[in-house]
Amino acid sequence: MRSLRKFLDNQEKHFAKGGKLERLFPLFEMTDTFLYTPGTVTRTASHVRDALDLKRMMMVVVVALIPAIFMALYNTGLQANLAIQNLGLAAVEGWRGFVLSSLGIGVDPQSMVDNLAHGALYFLPVYIVTLVAGGFWEVIFATVRRHEINEGFLVTSMLFPLIVPPNLPLWQVALGVSFGVVLGKEIFGGVGMNILNPALTGRAFLYFAYPAEISGDAVWVAVDGFSRATPLAEMADSTVQLTSSMADAFWGCIPGSMGETSAFACLIGAFVLIVSRVGSWRIMLSVVLGMVGLASLLNLIGSATNPMFQVTPLQHFVIGGFAFGTVFMATDPVSAAMTSQGKWLYGILIGALTVMIRVLNPAYPEGIMLAILFGNVFSPIIDKIFVNRNIKRRQARYAG
Amino acid sequence: MLEHYLSLFLKSVFIENLALSFFLGMCTYLAVSKKVETAVGLGIAVVVVQAITIPVNNLLYTHVLKDGALAWAGLPDVDLTFLGLVVYIGVIAAMVQILEMTLDKFVPALYNALGIFLPLITVNCAILGGSLLMVERNYNFAESVVYGVGSGAGWALAIIGLAGIREKMKYSNVPAGLRGLGITFITVGLMAMAFMLFSGIQL
Repeated sequence: MRSLRKFLDNQEKHFAKGGKLERLFPLFEMTDTFLYTPGTVTRTASHVRDALDLKRMMMVVVVALIPAIFMALYNTGLQANLAIQNLGLAAVEGWRGFVLSSLGIGVDPQSMVDNLAHGALYFLPVYIVTLVAGGFWEVIFATVRRHEINEGFLVTSMLFPLIVPPNLPLWQVALGVSFGVVLGKEIFGGVGMNILNPALTGRAFLYFAYPAEISGDAVWVAVDGFSRATPLAEMADSTVQLTSSMADAFWGCIPGSMGETSAFACLIGAFVLIVSRVGSWRIMLSVVLGMVGLASLLNLIGSATNPMFQVTPLQHFVIGGFAFGTVFMATDPVSAAMTSQGKWLYGILIGALTVMIRVLNPAYPEGIMLAILFGNVFSPIIDKIFVNRNIKRRQARYAG
Repeated sequence: MLEHYLSLFLKSVFIENLALSFFLGMCTYLAVSKKVETAVGLGIAVVVVQAITIPVNNLLYTHVLKDGALAWAGLPDVDLTFLGLVVYIGVIAAMVQILEMTLDKFVPALYNALGIFLPLITVNCAILGGSLLMVERNYNFAESVVYGVGSGAGWALAIIGLAGIREKMKYSNVPAGLRGLGITFITVGLMAMAFMLFSGIQL
């Protein structure tokens, strides 16, 4: 370890002011602070001293994401292996089959190792492309605009592969993450200054630009020629029998975007985020409240033609990306509402809009993505309302 | 019946938002969205103007301009639809003038804040667009009242949302070349993407 520190210290002079690689300082800074706690402290009148800086905060989010990533690998592999079994194929085609057979791993859906390995072969390419394409823009903006690269992108690049279907063409992955990073974040000035959640912006762009690859029935299972609809799509169609049980949906063994399927993994993530106080429990709770409120109301109203009216709040919670969006997307501290009361309103808006899209909007089966983006758009004005109210109250209190 | 008007209202506020799905009224939308207070004022002004001009234009259209509308005056063969644009603009200009004088007299703060943009409402395409869409969709009088209030409210909602974002963006470090209108256009595009969540709802 000491030799690594020494190596970094020796290299620092090249990147410092006047060094020959001065322009690449952000790259050096990124590596250095990723490995070691920065030694610099604020000398002047200090603010709050806290061990939790932006980097540690983002790392907590990554830790909270681990269960979801694990389920992403497992479920992607499981769905693919089940499909292979159904189609009666013996082995996987293409380079994935080559890798699996040279590692001596089969395609048995009962075996956890087989599922994890097969899932990893879908998840890792997407993740690597996300890192490379997004990192490319991060580095360009950081060197040209001379700001630091920080872990914000680490979280974005972790979230993005989890919210896309396993078979998304890799060039679309690159395009989506580029849109999210550049137009969703960097042109606003980087981490902490963006308006919308970058990962969701990228996904929404892909969704509207290339709907064939990111919606419908055929994209959710990685094997070509096998289609299985998501539970949400099956519920919306009264002629189709539901093929997934609610228990499957809770544990995450249903077709869907890679990381969003498991409500259980999201609950673990929520626990980590709430205990470490990185994610706001107010937002998570109020999103759930908004969803339960509108879903129960629609249950009461009922509809003869639209089966989605009968979907209970519990079902809304476990199917689709609701849990994932609530825990990891809506709580994004940059784009969410900042005031405590504003968070309640923001969360309830998102929860209710999600149900509204799922039930009342036949154009989209899932709604949490657009609902969160909509919440992001109006979060500044929600904050403004509550800040102004507070100012007025205090003025009244101290006026006399 | 009430349900019909409610769905028309929701449709004109969210699904067919004048600013974010038709991109009408962009010049005022971009120019007056720097501060939330001004945006709220302009939003209210647009709601009021829409709520008056669209029904008035509707009356003029059904009883004077439409093909055969002048039958009550003994002229069943006269078709004055070609005068539509001129008449609508005239009505809008007159209404804005009245609104301006009222504001000047009773709410001078808002009058000063809106400044040149109040007269500019006259040529705000959202207002004229509202009237033309009303004609195109053959709304009756009651529908046109609902549509006027709804489309104005949708435009107001959009400009208030944008103003909130732009106030927050004061703290953003936007690249020099994009500062001002450039980043605002991109923001509006992203907002429109978020507003897509309503598109496709059948009411």
